[in-house]
Amino acid sequence: MKEIALHLLDIAQNSVRACATEIRITLAVSPATDTLTLEVKDNGSGMDEETCKRASDPWYTSRTTRRVGLGLPLLQMNATLSGGTFKVTSAPGKGTVVTATFGYSHIDRPPLGDISGTIALLILSNPSINIVFTHILDERTWCISTREIIDELGREAVSDLAIVRGLREIISENISESKIHET
Amino acid sequence: MEKLKSLADLKKIREDARVKLDLRVKGDNPEGLVQVKVAMATCGIASGAKPIMDFFVDELDKRGIGAVVTQTGCMGYCYAEPTVEVQLPGQEPVVYGFVDRKRADEIIEKYIKNGELVEGIIPVNYEKID
Repeated sequence: MKEIALHLLDIAQNSVRACATEIRITLAVSPATDTLTLEVKDNGSGMDEETCKRASDPWYTSRTTRRVGLGLPLLQMNATLSGGTFKVTSAPGKGTVVTATFGYSHIDRPPLGDISGTIALLILSNPSINIVFTHILDERTWCISTREIIDELGREAVSDLAIVRGLREIISENISESKIHET
Repeated sequence: MEKLKSLADLKKIREDARVKLDLRVKGDNPEGLVQVKVAMATCGIASGAKPIMDFFVDELDKRGIGAVVTQTGCMGYCYAEPTVEVQLPGQEPVVYGFVDRKRADEIIEKYIKNGELVEGIIPVNYEKID
C-alpha cells in the first residue's frame, strides 16, 4: 500500500465483513507532536483474544477464498517503519479498534493519499453502515457521517453517483489544510 | 462552478440528480440499474482498484448511465486484480479481470451501453485455489 488512504480503504473492509453497523474513522494529523494517527473503530462482531493476537499474522485469515491476510500486517509494517505504533483491541460482540500511529515527518511515512475519495467510496459502498469520519488537525476538528447525509438529503442520496462526487469535493475542501501541511 | 463546502451545497446537486434519474428510469431502462462491483480487498486495492472505482463513479455519472457502483471483497482471483463484476439488468453477472482505465472505458462503452462483451472475462468455472 503506497498511501494511508489505501490502508484505510482496506482496513475498513474488515469492519464491513464483521457486520458492523457503525464505523468510526478518525484521522488525527498533529505536526505539533509529530504524529499522524489513523483509528478505525467498529461495533462489529469483534474477536476473542486468541484471534486478535493472530490478526496481524500474514498467514492468518478468516477468509476461505485465499490463504493469506495481508491488510493488517501491511499497515503494521508501514506504521512501525515510520517510527510509529500499531494496536488492535477487540472483544467478541463489542467490536474492534485498530490504531496505527505514524511518525508525521518521518521519511518512510506513506503520503496521506486520496482520503476524501476513500471516505466517499466507503459511504457509497456501504449505505446501511453509518460511517463517521472525523478529521483532526492539531486542535481543529471536522466531522461528517452517513447519518448526517441521509438526514439532510434522503436515503437514496448515498447511492447516487452525482452526490458522491460532490461529497468527495466537500471532504477534500474541509481537510485541505492537512494536505497543504504535508507538501 | 464554486467549490462545494457543506452538505447544503449538495442539496442543489441532489435536486438536479433527481430530475436526471427520473428521466432515466422512465426512459429506456425500466427494469433496473446496471450494477458495477469493484473487488476491493487487500489484493484489489494494492493492484489499483481504487482509481478504477473512482473512474466508474465519475464516468458513469458524466455519461448519464444509471448505475449502482459498490465494492465487494476478494473473489479468489487475486492474480487478476483489479477485477470488476458487471451485471446488466436481467442478465447474469460477468467478471472482468486486469481492469485498467482503458478496459474500464471499453466496459462502459461496449458492454454497459451495447451489451457487447469485452476482452478479459474470467469464466465462472475457472479453477480456484481450494
